[in-house]
Amino acid sequence: MSTTTETGTTYAPAPDALAGVLAPGVRPPRPSAWSASITFGWRAMLKIKHVPEQLFDVTAFPLMMTLMFTYLFGGALAGSPTEYLQFLLPGILTTSIVMITMYTGVEVNKDIEKGVFDRFRTLPIWRPSTLVGYLLGDLLRYVIASIVILAVGLVLGFRPQGGVTGVVGGILLVLVFSFAFSWLWTMLGLLLRSEKSVMGMSMMLLMPLTFLSNVYVDPSTMPGWLQVFVNASPITHLVSAVRSLMAGTPDMGEVTWVLVSSAALVALFGTLSMRLYNRK
Amino acid sequence: MPDLAIQTSGLVKVFGETRAVDGLDLAVPAGAVYGVLGPNGAGKTTAVRMLATLLRPDGGEATVFGHDVVREADAVRSRVSLTGQYASLDEDLTGTENLILLARLLGHRKPAARERAAELLDAFGLTDAGRRQVKTYSGGMRRRLDIAASILNTPDLLFLDEPTTGLDPRSRNQVWDIVRVVVAHGTTVLLTTQYLEEADRLAARIAVIDRGKVIAEGTPGQLKSSVGAGAVHVRLRDPGARPAAERLLAEALDASVYLEADPVALTARLTGGSTGEGRDSAAAEQAARALGRLAEAGIVVDDFSLGQPSLDEVFLALTDHRATEEAAA
Repeated sequence: MSTTTETGTTYAPAPDALAGVLAPGVRPPRPSAWSASITFGWRAMLKIKHVPEQLFDVTAFPLMMTLMFTYLFGGALAGSPTEYLQFLLPGILTTSIVMITMYTGVEVNKDIEKGVFDRFRTLPIWRPSTLVGYLLGDLLRYVIASIVILAVGLVLGFRPQGGVTGVVGGILLVLVFSFAFSWLWTMLGLLLRSEKSVMGMSMMLLMPLTFLSNVYVDPSTMPGWLQVFVNASPITHLVSAVRSLMAGTPDMGEVTWVLVSSAALVALFGTLSMRLYNRK
Repeated sequence: MPDLAIQTSGLVKVFGETRAVDGLDLAVPAGAVYGVLGPNGAGKTTAVRMLATLLRPDGGEATVFGHDVVREADAVRSRVSLTGQYASLDEDLTGTENLILLARLLGHRKPAARERAAELLDAFGLTDAGRRQVKTYSGGMRRRLDIAASILNTPDLLFLDEPTTGLDPRSRNQVWDIVRVVVAHGTTVLLTTQYLEEADRLAARIAVIDRGKVIAEGTPGQLKSSVGAGAVHVRLRDPGARPAAERLLAEALDASVYLEADPVALTARLTGGSTGEGRDSAAAEQAARALGRLAEAGIVVDDFSLGQPSLDEVFLALTDHRATEEAAA
C-alpha cells in the first residue's frame, strides 16, 4: 500500500502521450455472442485465480457431505457404508453440485452493487453474455467439485458399473442441468436487494428440494403424500438418470426428462433474467 | 440538428414516490464539455444513467447523436462510454486484466487487446500498478484507470459522473487535465458535478439542475452574472467597528451585508449589475470603492477577499428566483 501514494502523486498527465492513445485507429468489429461470453468466462477464471478461497465451497463442502452421509446412514440403511455408497454417491454428487449453483446468484448480486456492472451494460455486446460468462466460470467449479466427490467416492469404495463412459455421462448430465438451473439464481441475484437475501432465499429453496428427493433413501419408504412431491421433484429425476448412467443401465426416459426440463429452465429463467438485466 | 450530441425533451424517471428526473430538457452541443451542475439528489446520476442506456425513462424522449436511447440502445452504446460515480472496474482483477477484459469485449483480438492495455497504462502513468489488483489502488489511480477504460475505443461521447468527488486536489487536477485532452481530441464530454469551480474550469456550457429539472442554462459567465457577482469578505481589526462597517458597506455596495460568527468578519453579497465580460472588473471596482470608504472612516481592515459565487449561492439565488417567479405568476 505504501507505493500507492507514490505512484498516485508522481503522475503528471502528458498531453502528447494521452493524445497518442486517443488516436482513433480502426474500431474492431463487435465480438460475437460466443466470444463475448467466453471473455466473461475468462473473467470468472481470473477471479478464481485472485481469490482462490472461493474454491473452498466447491471442495470442502462436497467432501464433507459425502463423508458425513456415507458413514452416518450407511450402516443403518444399507448394512454397510460401502454398500450404501453405491446408492448414495451419484445422488450426493448431484445434490452437492446443485447446492453450489446458488453461488451464481450471490456473485451476480455482489457485482451489481459495484460499478463494474454498469460498465458491462453500456458495452455494445450480446446482452446475455455477461450472465452466460458467470455460468461458464461456474461450470469449471462444478467440474472441480465433481472430480473431488468422485475421487473420494472411489477411495471409499464406490465401484460404478457404467465405467468411465457412464460416470462421465452422468457428470455431464449434472452439468447440463446445473447450467440451466443456475438461471434461477441469476434471476434472484438480479431481483433481490442484498447478498444475504439471495443466500437466504436460495437455502430456503434448496434445502427441501435436495433433501425431499431420492438421494438419501428410497422414496417407497416415505408416506404417500411425500412420495408425490418427491417423485415430481426435478432432483429425483436427475438423480435417477445419473444413477442409471453410472450403473451402466441408462434410463433414456429420465435422461430425456432432465434434458427437456433443463431447456425449459433456461427458457423461463433465462428470459426473466434478461428482462431484469435490461431493466436494472 | 446533427451537431447535437444529446437532446432530451421532457425526460422523466420516477422511483416510487420520487420524481428523480422530472421533465428534463437538454441540448448538448457536440465537441465540448457540457457541465451538469446540481446538489446531491438533483437527478444528475439518474439522467446520465438514462442517457447511457442503463435506465429506461418513464417519459419523454432522449437521443444521443440522433439515436433514441431506448429503441436504438445498441447504436448509442457503440458511441458512448461511461465513467460512473463509483469506479466501474472489477476490483478483484489487476489493472491490466481490467483493460484487456474490456478491450476483448470491444472486439480487439488478444494481442491487440494486450497492446492497447499496455499503451493506456503507460499514458495514464499506471504501468507499475498494472500488475496489482484494483482494490489496492488509491482513489486517483482508480479514477485514471476508469477513464482509461472508457477510452479503449475512443468514444464520441464520454459520460463522467462526478469524476472528482472524493479525490485529493492533485488527483483532481490530473483528471481535469485528462478531460481537456480528451475533449481537444474531438470527444464530447458530459460532466456532472457538485462543484461550480469544476464546471467553470472545464465546461463550455452548464445546465444547473434541481429536483430533476433544468433551472438555468448557459455559459459559466452567463450563469454567474445572472446570480450576482460574488461576495466581498472583510475582516476588521476592531470588533467594535463592525456596526459602522456594516452600514458603510451596505451603502457603498448597495448590497445586503451579513455578520459572520467571527465577531470581526462581514460579508457583502454584490449585486453584479453588469453582465458578460465587464462583470469581474465591475465587482472589483465596487469592492475597491467600498474599501476606500472604510479607510476614509478610519476602520482598519486586516483581511479582504473577493469571492466568486459558490454553488450554494448560485443555487440559492436560482431557486429563490424561481420561487419569486412562481409567486408572481
